[in-house]
Amino acid sequence: MSNNGRPLSPHLSIYRWPITMTMSILHRATGLALTVGFIVLTAWLFAVASGAEAYSVFTSYMDTVAGKIMLVGWSFTFFFHLSNGVRHFVWDFGRGFERPQANASAWFVLLLAIASTALFWWLRL
Amino acid sequence: MSLRTPLSRVLWRGTAKNGTGHFWGQRVSGVALVLLGLWFAGSMTTISGSVHADALAFIGAPLNGVLLLLLSVTIAYHSHIGVQVVIEDYVHGHGLNMISLIVSRFAHSLLAVISVYAIFKIGLGA
Repeated sequence: MSNNGRPLSPHLSIYRWPITMTMSILHRATGLALTVGFIVLTAWLFAVASGAEAYSVFTSYMDTVAGKIMLVGWSFTFFFHLSNGVRHFVWDFGRGFERPQANASAWFVLLLAIASTALFWWLRL
Repeated sequence: MSLRTPLSRVLWRGTAKNGTGHFWGQRVSGVALVLLGLWFAGSMTTISGSVHADALAFIGAPLNGVLLLLLSVTIAYHSHIGVQVVIEDYVHGHGLNMISLIVSRFAHSLLAVISVYAIFKIGLGA
């Protein structure tokens, strides 16, 4: 791209990385991860419908270390995407756009998602 | 009275009057998924993952079956339009873009049908 020495408007690399940017990217990333999670949810339903033998194959995959890590990951992405989705709803009503509010809600959502994940597994185990 | 030129009307260009449909679809399905998702997460704390009979009994209970049907179909819809936006943003080139969108639509339709079939099969005890 030729520049000819003309000034460029500042782009991503110019700004200090704010938490709101991380949240924005994570919302999309968790959305995609949950789409993969939907495949596993469907696999679960199909395995249950297919009988005890097929189900034991499914659970044998889920019982591996990798499977457990992914289940914990999906539970976090679920709570994150849900909490941040509610944050987006608040914005849809025109509230919470001020920078201190957006930063505060970002941290709140992040901590809420971590706490919800911990609560979920505490209740489940 | 329309201000559009006759040529523009003939070419089917211009607004299709559904520009906000996508936005609303994502929001409304999102509200539904907050409720259905929290119900599902709560349910998953009560049933054991490893016992087939437990999973069968949970999915086979009528209320759970109905809620799982709503959950699966709503996820399929919400995920489909979400992935569509991601493809439109990142997959460049008209051909590849269109193929990706079609593959995504097929995949989401397939997942929805498998889920619905499995829930009905368990619920009806077939």
